[in-house]
Amino acid sequence: MSDLEQFRSETRSWLEANCPPEMREPVRDDDDTYWGGRNATFKNDAQKAWFEACRDKGYTVPSWPKEYGGAGLAPAEAKVLREEMSRINARPPLSSFGIWMLGPALLQFGTEGQKQRFLNEIARGEIRWCQGYSEPGSGSDLVSMQTFGEDKGDHWVVNGQKIWTSYANHADWIFCLVRTNKEDKYHGITFMLFDMTSEGVSTKPILLISGNSPFCETFMDDVKVPKSYGEDVPGYVGTINRGWDVAKYLLGHEREMISGMGGGDRTAAIGAAMQRQAGKTGDELDPLLRADLAMFDVDALAFTAMSEKFMDEMKAGKGHPAQPNMMKYVGTELNKRRHELMMSTGGTQALEWESETTGGGKPSRNWLRTKANSIEGGTSEVMLNVISKRILELPGA
Amino acid sequence: MPLFHDDDQAMLADTATSFMAEEGNIAKHLRHWRDRDCKDGFGHGLWKQMAEMGFTGMLVSEDDGGLGMGHVEAGIVLEQIGRNLTPSPFLTSSVLAATALNHASSDLKGRYLPGLVEGDSVFAVAIDETAKHRPDRITCKAEKSGNGFKLNGAKSFVIHGASADMLVVAARTSGADDDEDGITLFAVPKDASGMSHDAVRLVDSAMATHTRFDGVELDGDAVIGEVDGGRAILNAMLNAGRIGAAAEGVGVASGAMDMTIDYIKQRKQFGRLIGEFQALQHRAAHLYSEVEIARAATIKAQQLLDGGSERAELMISVAKAKVAKAAGLAVKEGVQMHGGIGMTDEYDIGLYMKRDRALAEFLGDAYFHANRVAQLSGY
Ligand SMILES: Cc1cc2nc3c(=O)[nH]c(=O)nc-3n(C[C@H](O)[C@H](O)[C@H](O)COP(=O)(O)OP(=O)(O)OC[C@H]3O[C@@H](n4cnc5c(N)ncnc54)[C@H](O)[C@@H]3O)c2cc1C
Repeated sequence: MSDLEQFRSETRSWLEANCPPEMREPVRDDDDTYWGGRNATFKNDAQKAWFEACRDKGYTVPSWPKEYGGAGLAPAEAKVLREEMSRINARPPLSSFGIWMLGPALLQFGTEGQKQRFLNEIARGEIRWCQGYSEPGSGSDLVSMQTFGEDKGDHWVVNGQKIWTSYANHADWIFCLVRTNKEDKYHGITFMLFDMTSEGVSTKPILLISGNSPFCETFMDDVKVPKSYGEDVPGYVGTINRGWDVAKYLLGHEREMISGMGGGDRTAAIGAAMQRQAGKTGDELDPLLRADLAMFDVDALAFTAMSEKFMDEMKAGKGHPAQPNMMKYVGTELNKRRHELMMSTGGTQALEWESETTGGGKPSRNWLRTKANSIEGGTSEVMLNVISKRILELPGA
Repeated sequence: MPLFHDDDQAMLADTATSFMAEEGNIAKHLRHWRDRDCKDGFGHGLWKQMAEMGFTGMLVSEDDGGLGMGHVEAGIVLEQIGRNLTPSPFLTSSVLAATALNHASSDLKGRYLPGLVEGDSVFAVAIDETAKHRPDRITCKAEKSGNGFKLNGAKSFVIHGASADMLVVAARTSGADDDEDGITLFAVPKDASGMSHDAVRLVDSAMATHTRFDGVELDGDAVIGEVDGGRAILNAMLNAGRIGAAAEGVGVASGAMDMTIDYIKQRKQFGRLIGEFQALQHRAAHLYSEVEIARAATIKAQQLLDGGSERAELMISVAKAKVAKAAGLAVKEGVQMHGGIGMTDEYDIGLYMKRDRALAEFLGDAYFHANRVAQLSGY
């Protein structure tokens, strides 16, 4: 048996022993996802057991080094673990912006002291982070942001407002873009880290058209951010005034993540499921709806192949570095189309906003939520701008 | 298997790219033969050169003198044929007819494959009978007659029909017109008496025929595979031909797209390069995405077909439909972004539009294949 096969069989038995049956069910509600943090509560014992087993094994962040709370898996091993988890539909044991965003930034730009402290806290689900980028006046043109940190020697005093801060009201700490030099647009931003309980920080939830409010406005009113949290633990990532480099790196990372989510062979084509669903309400697919579903399935299955090719090329170091922008553009537009078709198939039943049959209005709420897919993480128009400039090398783009 | 070309395939792609660009380009071939009103619509010299490159027998087994390669490799050559709009019997002879002959008796193989491998023979396939691709319905009849068969009926859209040394003909030997079974494939030589061609030039300058069979006498040796058992071979031909047409379409799409993007980087209006206008940039970027995805679907389908996967047929229809949409977008945006000169015969972009139109119809258009995706998915 090769080492990898050995690893697969060990992983399989470990999952068998440690992943409770309840954690192999699809995520249905918000509290099915465990986010960690100081104030976290578990929905049930199974969620707790699964999280703790993974935490102790380093499987909340399997490919991070062991000294930072991961399992130090090589890429091929991490892939095996992903495959084995998806084989039994295991839920992620821990979700967080720390894992997806701050962690990768620290691995790339952090000091040893920052990694020791913050990565371990993230991996162990102790601290929940949120992201402070967008501002009311700075969305697509993020670099124009104004939240300002006045230099006071060993600390900054930060004033300003962030918007669209996901789960800011539940988060313990924030990684935040703050202007520290008004003269230099790109070289005047610092990537700061601070506690959400600091004096002067307040949040206000935003109610979305889908009826949920996982996002907040975050206000900073004379917030004191230390330049250092101890030896080799600066209060910022990378270099002062060079936070834009970190932010850009993370935006690329985010787009890759979002573009990766569009894939998934199992859910790509929807026509057959839509026909079954129409049958349940005693309806049948209108011929033109069926035609649209067929065209959608062509596009969705073709995009699944594209996702596979994209991943293969990334792993092999081929492919254009700006390709994630294309994946993000197409994947999110496709997802919006998918939900339009699901609404059309569902008919009046899909309109029910608070009924039991629809699980509390899932079809319409999800449909509305997808409209943000082509806005969050960079709008479709901005993705097209980037493709024009970086891939097609069009002039003045 | 990763979804990109391995080293050998990348090398083949380099070779095919420079060969087709130098030897098979638009000026040397498409325009050349078209302007001379050539009755074949392609050059036999290039066919011979392609044989010397080993292309003509790519899908023929090594035992039969070919290279024994797969559809990824054939697709590499076809993409370059598409990019250069090269008029060539490659798709009909080396892909469709070769797939049929690979299922034939050693006698038929011996009769036809050497000519294909050497680039001395050209083959055509006669499947469609109406203006739209409808292979489920085959009415052309072959009745038993002595030791052989007598063929009656008509076929249309037979590409290179009048130039072909042999035609692979799908005929009904039993059952009703729409029956799955009861199909037999025949290798009909060009001099068969009772076969007549009405040759027509198509919009893309290719030559096709409406072919009639009036009591064409064929001996039993002309049967490819089993009598009444032709459907499986026909399906294999269709799979090969459709994914081949998709690969050629990727070439047409990316050729048209590259030409257009080059153009909008040069043309100035309102004191600016038109490529600076965001209205054009966004459409170009969208087009790029569609072409990339069509390419991915195509290589996925090629790999599945080469691997003998059950999912190959579904993915072939996905690819054929997706390519038709993407290439259609590429040529339409291409002409529009060229402005007035896009409408002139002097510029090549219009030639891409014509080729795309013909290729989209070949072995089923986007509607046909999207419908097939639905059927194969169970709705
Ligand atoms: C649900 C949701 C979640 C979000 N999550 C986060 C988060 O976690 N963290 C965070 O920091 N931000 C988040 N955002 C903010 C998001 O990144 C911004 O909304 C986005 O970048 C667009 O900015 P804007 O809303 O200011 O729109 P604007 O930038 O004002 O755009 C308005 C319209 O103009 C178009 N436009 C703008 N510039 C151009 C241009 N140059 N060319 C062509 N068209 C252009 C846009 O495409 C859009 O259609 C989230 C947003 C939403 C809706």
